[in-house]
Amino acid sequence: MAEAVLTPPALEPAESPLTPESWGKLGMWIFLAGDAVGFGVLLGAYGAVRASSGDWPNPYERLGITLTALMTFLLICSSVTMVKALEAIKRGDRPAVTRFLGLTILGGLLFLGMQAYEWTHLIESGLKIFGNPWGASLFGTTFFLITGFHGLHVTGGVIYLSVVLAAVSRIQDQRYNYMIAEIAGLYWHFVDLVWIMVFTFVYLL
Amino acid sequence: MADAVAHKDPNYMAIFWWLAALTVIEIAVIFPGFPKMIVGTLLVALAVSKASLVAMYFMHLRFETRTLGYIALIPLAIGTLLLLVLLPDNRAIDHRTADSVKLEAPKH
Repeated sequence: MAEAVLTPPALEPAESPLTPESWGKLGMWIFLAGDAVGFGVLLGAYGAVRASSGDWPNPYERLGITLTALMTFLLICSSVTMVKALEAIKRGDRPAVTRFLGLTILGGLLFLGMQAYEWTHLIESGLKIFGNPWGASLFGTTFFLITGFHGLHVTGGVIYLSVVLAAVSRIQDQRYNYMIAEIAGLYWHFVDLVWIMVFTFVYLL
Repeated sequence: MADAVAHKDPNYMAIFWWLAALTVIEIAVIFPGFPKMIVGTLLVALAVSKASLVAMYFMHLRFETRTLGYIALIPLAIGTLLLLVLLPDNRAIDHRTADSVKLEAPKH
């Protein structure tokens, strides 16, 4: 059966003033700036709640950092495979594009699996959203809220990257493929960047 | 494609090793028993360094127009404002806690 070659949608007629290569990239940056404010508010509220609590448990003693350090490393690796996928698109190396995007998605799935394992283990240890055996009840509330919100972003990223992988596998236009992969990459790196902050403020400090 | 590939790609593997090394340092500084203030300052500095590396090189912010950088800085400005707004409340809570401790002390 002949391979189906799709015609990519027409590119935007006018140039974006800040990102001449695409309006979508500017849109993603504006979205990410808004999303960053959301995470900033969550982390700011976490700091305020924690500072006003007299019996906040020591996070790295209660949550454990071995697994989360590994999760951090995994997200950093997935950011590298994402940029390697972009390099492969530039070279026109389609098998490498599929491989690196696939590895990025795999990294996200492994991260989610580890987070599910971590949550299960902590819930079994007594950490609940409304309380815990070690001190301030908001310790559990903030933990599940912040890591859960980030986990939803990773889930969204995995779905987004899967759609991009399906698109670049079928569409032959190198410029278009680069554009959609770069925009998806911005989102994925942002998820990595936010985790760097979450890891520091929720687990280490 | 010309616009999208106008800049030379950074050495991504070097960025990766920097990020990995900074993560190891982050984990190392929480164990030796340094004063909490020093550990906190070090951890925040390390996290900001890692986040900057991701934004500048993986997200290519270093190669984008300056105005796009300003868009990326807006959340930082809002975050700083939020911190400044919350700080007086936390100080008030600290004073209240200290006062209540003083008042309760004679009962024991």
